[in-house]
Amino acid sequence: MSEIIIDGELLPFIEGQTVAAALVAAGRVAWRTTRVQHRPRGVFCGIGVCFDCLVTIDGAGGQRACLVPARPGMAVTTGRDGDG
Amino acid sequence: MGRPSDIIIVGAGPAGMAAAATALAGGLRVAQVDSGTAVGGQFWRHPPQHARSAIPTDDLHHGLREYRALSRELSMARKAGRLDLRLAHHVWSAVREGDGFAVHAVDRRDAPRESAVTLHAPRLLVATGAYDRQLPFQGWDLPGVLTIGGLQALLKGGGVTAGSRVALGGTGPFLLPVAAGLAARGVEVVTVCEAGNPLAWLRHPLPVLRNPGKWAEGAGYAFGLARHRIRVRPRTAITGAEGGDRVTAVRIAAVASDGSPRPGTERRIEVDAVGVGWGFTPQLDLLIPLGCDLTNSADGNAVVAVDGGQRTSVPGLYAAGEACGVGGAALAVGEGHLAAQSALTDSGSAAVLGNRRLVAVRATVARQRAFARAMALAHPIPAAWSSWLTDETVVCRCEEVTAGAVRTACTEGGAHDHRQVKQLTRAGMGWCQGRMCGPAVHCLTSQNQVYTPAERLVATPVTLGALADLDEQQ
Repeated sequence: MSEIIIDGELLPFIEGQTVAAALVAAGRVAWRTTRVQHRPRGVFCGIGVCFDCLVTIDGAGGQRACLVPARPGMAVTTGRDGDG
Repeated sequence: MGRPSDIIIVGAGPAGMAAAATALAGGLRVAQVDSGTAVGGQFWRHPPQHARSAIPTDDLHHGLREYRALSRELSMARKAGRLDLRLAHHVWSAVREGDGFAVHAVDRRDAPRESAVTLHAPRLLVATGAYDRQLPFQGWDLPGVLTIGGLQALLKGGGVTAGSRVALGGTGPFLLPVAAGLAARGVEVVTVCEAGNPLAWLRHPLPVLRNPGKWAEGAGYAFGLARHRIRVRPRTAITGAEGGDRVTAVRIAAVASDGSPRPGTERRIEVDAVGVGWGFTPQLDLLIPLGCDLTNSADGNAVVAVDGGQRTSVPGLYAAGEACGVGGAALAVGEGHLAAQSALTDSGSAAVLGNRRLVAVRATVARQRAFARAMALAHPIPAAWSSWLTDETVVCRCEEVTAGAVRTACTEGGAHDHRQVKQLTRAGMGWCQGRMCGPAVHCLTSQNQVYTPAERLVATPVTLGALADLDEQQ
């Protein structure tokens, strides 16, 4: 199994899964907080429409985890208020 | 950039695939763009080709024979150099350009890196599908509450289930395949709350009788649900979700025909995930700025107006599938064939579908549209759904605007539609640009009118870097 790096920790995934699918497979459904009330959010629409699942990938912010295929060694950071 | 195309097809779901197959059979050079990593759209969502043995999903699908036949035709045309298939390309704008169209996209095959791509062709066919329509309720923003389409996408695209004890709710037949699919992967589906009344279908017997394919599909799901002992509760709704870092329970209640909860019927059920969906909202982001005429659909959505050959009011622009009215994959496939046939005729090429086939496709489309209308009337958004909301319920997820704030904008601010509410409260102004809350804010402000989404000039976020690439190309 391949791995991505989520906030410094290795997370296994199956080639073909998105970053969101890899997180959900590991039991995580929330990975950021909202800008105003700091409420936990993760995957909601799963098809790129709602922007709830935003993360930063290899330094690029505002990425929809449900759309980006996971690739070995990809560095994902989560949890920033507002835009992942 | 290779040879220019005769037609650009945006979307590679059932409608786009069928359209491409017919256009290619008629000798057109086709450029097809889709944001997914495989053809199939949402209905036939698959993992990327190289991952299909590691993530088996065949048993979750309906109509795979047609998917495979269309996939084969597309893949042969691609090898022959007649189909320029652009997967993982996100279209952010389509504009008129001289007598034709320019489609602006970002190539995200190497995401998060992206680079700008512009395609040009004399004709454009938009088959961008739809997404789940949502109605807010207390707790719908808790982690673990997903759209039913989201649950399905994780399952069909990634082989992943979002929970182990799941409650589903909303209205419409789409609840059934999602329940069956989750159960097939070992999820305990504790309840399926269908707000509508199944007897409502009896008011429209003809469209049901004339679509035996739909009975077979329905019977298949019913069998799957029975095998896993899943109970569909008619006239019941999920009226609230509870939890902290994750949803831990739902509240469900029997509802009257207007959707108002019947006092004393509320129950609490422990779950670790929830799926909700109230029909679909057509994805019109590319079509509205192009100036297409819209028309009203029986499900309360504005949709693109098309003639009998799927031509929009803009010359050279065709639409097929859910953008012309939500009706499912079989309808979308028929409309895709008809749209491509029109494009062939209009460009002076010989039509592909012979008279008999054309008559058959038109008959299928008419039958499926009648079925879609019956479905919309049997599964409406309940009139009194907003009685589930408290003033604290979040309506706009992005900007965290509450139902109380929306109501105040109407009563004290004088707002009459979702655009005015947006100006007063920021509802619909965040990342998703009102795609999630738009229909609900619309219902809270002007319930009896058809929902027309806001015009979005940029259909998907695009980086300044990608835009700078574009300047260099030109």
